[in-house]
Amino acid sequence: MKRVYVNEKWCLGCHLCEYYCAFTQTDKTDMAYALRGRKIFPMISVEDSGAVHFAVNCRHCAEPLCVKGCITGALSIQDGVVRLDQERCIGCFTCILSCPYGAISPAEDGHAVQKCELCLSTNEGVPQCVKNCPNAAIVFEDRG
Amino acid sequence: MKYVIIGNSAAGIGCVEGIRQTDKDSEIIIISDEPYHTYSRPLISYLLCGKTNEQAMKYRGDSFYTENNVTLLAPERAASIDVSGKTVLLESGKTIPYDKLLIGTGSSPLIPPMNGLDTVTNKFTFMSLDDAKALERVLEADRRVLIIGAGLIGLKCAEGIMDRVKSIEAVDLAPRVLSSILDDTGAGIIQRHLEKKGLIFHLNQRVDMFDKNRAILKDGAHIQFDILILAVGVRPSVGLVKDAGGEIGRAIKINAQMETSLSDVYAAGDCTESLDVSSRENKVMALLPNAYMQGECAGVNMAGGSKAFDNAIPLNAIGFLGSHVLTAGTYAGEVHTEYSGKIYKKFFCADNRLSGFILIDCVEKAGIYTNLVRTRTPLDTLDTELLFRRPGLIAFMGVERKAMLGGVR
Ligand SMILES: Cc1cc2nc3c(=O)[nH]c(=O)nc-3n(C[C@H](O)[C@H](O)[C@H](O)COP(=O)(O)OP(=O)(O)OC[C@H]3O[C@@H](n4cnc5c(N)ncnc54)[C@H](O)[C@@H]3O)c2cc1C
Repeated sequence: MKRVYVNEKWCLGCHLCEYYCAFTQTDKTDMAYALRGRKIFPMISVEDSGAVHFAVNCRHCAEPLCVKGCITGALSIQDGVVRLDQERCIGCFTCILSCPYGAISPAEDGHAVQKCELCLSTNEGVPQCVKNCPNAAIVFEDRG
Repeated sequence: MKYVIIGNSAAGIGCVEGIRQTDKDSEIIIISDEPYHTYSRPLISYLLCGKTNEQAMKYRGDSFYTENNVTLLAPERAASIDVSGKTVLLESGKTIPYDKLLIGTGSSPLIPPMNGLDTVTNKFTFMSLDDAKALERVLEADRRVLIIGAGLIGLKCAEGIMDRVKSIEAVDLAPRVLSSILDDTGAGIIQRHLEKKGLIFHLNQRVDMFDKNRAILKDGAHIQFDILILAVGVRPSVGLVKDAGGEIGRAIKINAQMETSLSDVYAAGDCTESLDVSSRENKVMALLPNAYMQGECAGVNMAGGSKAFDNAIPLNAIGFLGSHVLTAGTYAGEVHTEYSGKIYKKFFCADNRLSGFILIDCVEKAGIYTNLVRTRTPLDTLDTELLFRRPGLIAFMGVERKAMLGGVR
């Protein structure tokens, strides 16, 4: 299955992936208009320390602790992708406590969580963080 | 092959999903004494405050049983198991044969003897959908509620009914709320938070006697109430295995493959005790993620596969009226704390490992800590100062991180 991978050496730490991820969740057509002055809630996050930068999002684990531990059944695996049914999530954050990568975060309203679903809803075939990474540090590949 | 599962909750459902990873066809029978489609037990409090409904709280979708070729026998209660004849006898008189059996019977409310309890009419426990429905029927805006037990279940119940009753008071023997998962400081934070929302606590207290609508406490104080909720504790449901001669400690004893001491009988979930790798002790870890993972592991092994679940740890993620408590592991060793008024963090380190932690209102990336507890990662391979300040994979060595994140081609 294709997943998102990050090449740490190429990541500039520009955080654009976070903005594109947040933008994808809006219904606006202009990113600046959609996000200006707002705190963003991306599903990918860039970690920085000195010269080291890298982005992290859901690994879509084969044995996902978040799915197994989900107390409501809101998380499931569908065709290899870890999906979230936000309607059934009550925001207990067991998945946040379970994810070894720190890849699940509270949604904007705090009453549920949110996570990367590989931009399946955009129907573009490639996640926006990958498509818009200026240095091709984020790739979408099948590495088994 | 014929699989029989007793219990239609997290452990039982995990078992079905474990079996179906290898055996797609053989018959699976689930025996359940609750007359419902599998539902998420922790959601019963959310049902009362209207944040979920009976449809949304289903633990698996409507087509779960048909898709997995499962026959659900409900409501039916298993009365005994015959290990040599390999059958389960139901209270209704039916006999169900099995090749492999899973016990996922969970726990039941513990009600210690209390003087005058029989004089109280409106009394409830809070562990099942039927409990929630019974409580629902008596909730009125002018009713006063008394909860015995300020632990997880008592406080979740309080949260669920907060806006639907006049007042809620809670009594607990322990000197602090959530005494099994929080230290004094953490418990104080949650107690004050709940007090601001209107809850009244009587800690370090005990009810000496009930007299109809009145509870008389150890110190002589009287509490008037209309509804009594008993949330003192739970007792693992071990009867079936115990009566069949299986080994019982605090609960049903299982190994890392989820086998009981009885041949072809597996057990999973709240009815079991198993190894907590953070303390190296056998414990009853009565939490949903463990129930599911134990059930799944049992299912794989029942179907002839080979799987061990050998890194279980206690793990709690609970919200209380906007505050979030996350805890994991064991509270032993050297302590690192950070308390800023808004957030509280406490880490326990021993033998170069993170043994456990408490986080209040700082949930971000907390699973990175949990992973260190679960995998017993040596702390000297990490930048712990950075890590305790803010969880991140940045605290790992580059090579380690590359391996975790899928490497570079
Ligand atoms: C109010 C509340 C809130 C909770 N919140 C959380 C939370 O936030 N996070 C968390 O991790 N955990 C939470 N828990 C705990 C969680 O619900 C349990 O850990 C989990 O349900 C255990 O699953 P199980 O399958 O082992 O057992 P159970 O869910 O207890 O299911 C066992 C089933 O077996 C049935 N059964 C028993 N004996 C028989 C018999 N002889 N014949 C037929 N059927 C039988 C029982 O009736 C029951 O339906 C909460 C529990 C409650 C009550």
